[in-house]
Amino acid sequence: MITGIPQSSAFKWSYRAYVTLFFIYLALPLATVCAFAFNDSVFPSLPWEGFTWAWFFGTDAPYIGVFHERPILRSLITSGVVAFWVSLLAVFVGTCNAFLFVRHEFRGKSILYILMLLPLIIPGIILGISILVFSSTVANFLEDATGMWFDGLRPGLILVVLGQFSFITTFATLVISARLQKFDPSLEEAALNLGATHWGAVREITLPFLYPAMAAAGVVAVLMSFENFNTTLMLVGSDAPLTITMFDRLKLGSTPVLNAVSLLLIVVSALLGLASLLLQKRDD
Amino acid sequence: MTTDRSKLAFWLLMAPLLIWLVTLIILPHVGMFLVSLREKVGVREYETSFANYAVFLNEPLYWNTFARTAYMSIAATILTLLIGFPIAYYIAKLTRGRTKTTLFLMCLIPFWVSELVRTFGWMILLRETGVFSNALQYLGLAAGPVELLYNDAAIMTGLVYTSMLFMVVPLVTTLDSLDDSLIEAGYDLGASGFGILRQIVIPHAMPGIVSGCIVVFMLSLGNYLTPILLGGKDSLWFTGMIYSQFITRFNWELGSAFGFLLLGLSSLIVFVGLKLTGQSLGKTMVQT
Repeated sequence: MITGIPQSSAFKWSYRAYVTLFFIYLALPLATVCAFAFNDSVFPSLPWEGFTWAWFFGTDAPYIGVFHERPILRSLITSGVVAFWVSLLAVFVGTCNAFLFVRHEFRGKSILYILMLLPLIIPGIILGISILVFSSTVANFLEDATGMWFDGLRPGLILVVLGQFSFITTFATLVISARLQKFDPSLEEAALNLGATHWGAVREITLPFLYPAMAAAGVVAVLMSFENFNTTLMLVGSDAPLTITMFDRLKLGSTPVLNAVSLLLIVVSALLGLASLLLQKRDD
Repeated sequence: MTTDRSKLAFWLLMAPLLIWLVTLIILPHVGMFLVSLREKVGVREYETSFANYAVFLNEPLYWNTFARTAYMSIAATILTLLIGFPIAYYIAKLTRGRTKTTLFLMCLIPFWVSELVRTFGWMILLRETGVFSNALQYLGLAAGPVELLYNDAAIMTGLVYTSMLFMVVPLVTTLDSLDDSLIEAGYDLGASGFGILRQIVIPHAMPGIVSGCIVVFMLSLGNYLTPILLGGKDSLWFTGMIYSQFITRFNWELGSAFGFLLLGLSSLIVFVGLKLTGQSLGKTMVQT
């Protein structure tokens, strides 16, 4: 913090006003979405018709709340299943990658490292179409060759999981590698001196040290998977995850039930985000 | 014996990485490129040619949209930088302790929330029956409902909002590492506020500025939700064209060519940005 600098109070106050305005700008859309979840009207817009809980708990059409709206609940479950698999796969591969890049020296390491980072700079929609094109080509080839059906390679949940996994793994790798770099190798050597096997030392000493980072990576993966839109849009089949269902509703115009879903999403993602920060804080 | 086992361990670690990169990143992109070179000449008959790229060049709608997407993204990047820089400076240099953490967290939270929810918020604010329109009427500044949605300004508002975090975080990180005494020394030696900003602060923050700009540009270029929902049917965003070639028209060959052009532009900007400042991809990305 800089203290020893003279500044006119007019400048100071206008600077503060600007910062305040900025945070209003940040909060405004989210606050609006939340507020209209309680509006007793069938459109998420003004005028304000009074306060209601109907968009959460309502059962009578058109006032059907989130907790009674089947399509939304179903897509919520779909999103959960996808997020579970994506985060499991991403943390597993991310941990392997971390050991590989931190512990091993080999030819072509720097090229592989850059390749590993590439998914970050490929626009999500292009990641989606490239996987769509490739998997369809493979499916066509296999079906022509064997005469059997390969539905797993057609747009659907498996492709959605693979598509999200393809770039979320990079984040998992970065988070877990950062923690592994801070590990003191002498701890592992001590275990080896005391007669542990190599794998035993890794399992008993190194992996527990990595758990907070693996948990943080898992949480981040769940968060990114839940809100991913671009990649999922290109790979989705008949079972739509939550963001896709919400997008379809938004285009058509919907009741404030969408606001209620959004409010729940905001609360849950803020909590998950904070959790991942706290988990990563423990690294230091 | 031990070398055999450590070799085995090495390849076991290598396998997931290779399977991931080869089957989900490398082969799909090579495949997409090959499909983009296919020209349909009959039923299930194809020839290799640059016909799809020629279609792009010969149809003004396509390359106009491409150019429009590019310069709107550049504009969004510059705006994000101009709006975000004072905020980052405020957080990094004019606050400390708990206030600093709180402000920083307040910047982060909106970006943990799905982009869809954020865009939905802007739709409620901007549409004809929305909050701003009603506020303007209430204040007597507008006679009737005003449609603020479905224009370029709405797209820009959404893009800047969506990318703000990716500018503020790297800026705060680099500004944090700037020694305060340098700024104070500048003052003591009689420099003006603007002089200090230009000669001390900005040169020091350059790595953060570059990585922020690269990421924001990339995200804007590849954005689909914001232009489609806030810009409406005539938003003319290149990702929208890719989507319609793939899903609506089922013309995968042309869609792949479009995809490759967008990927090319995006990579070119990243490459040029990194080269100009002599930074590595790894460092830039880890910062964000």
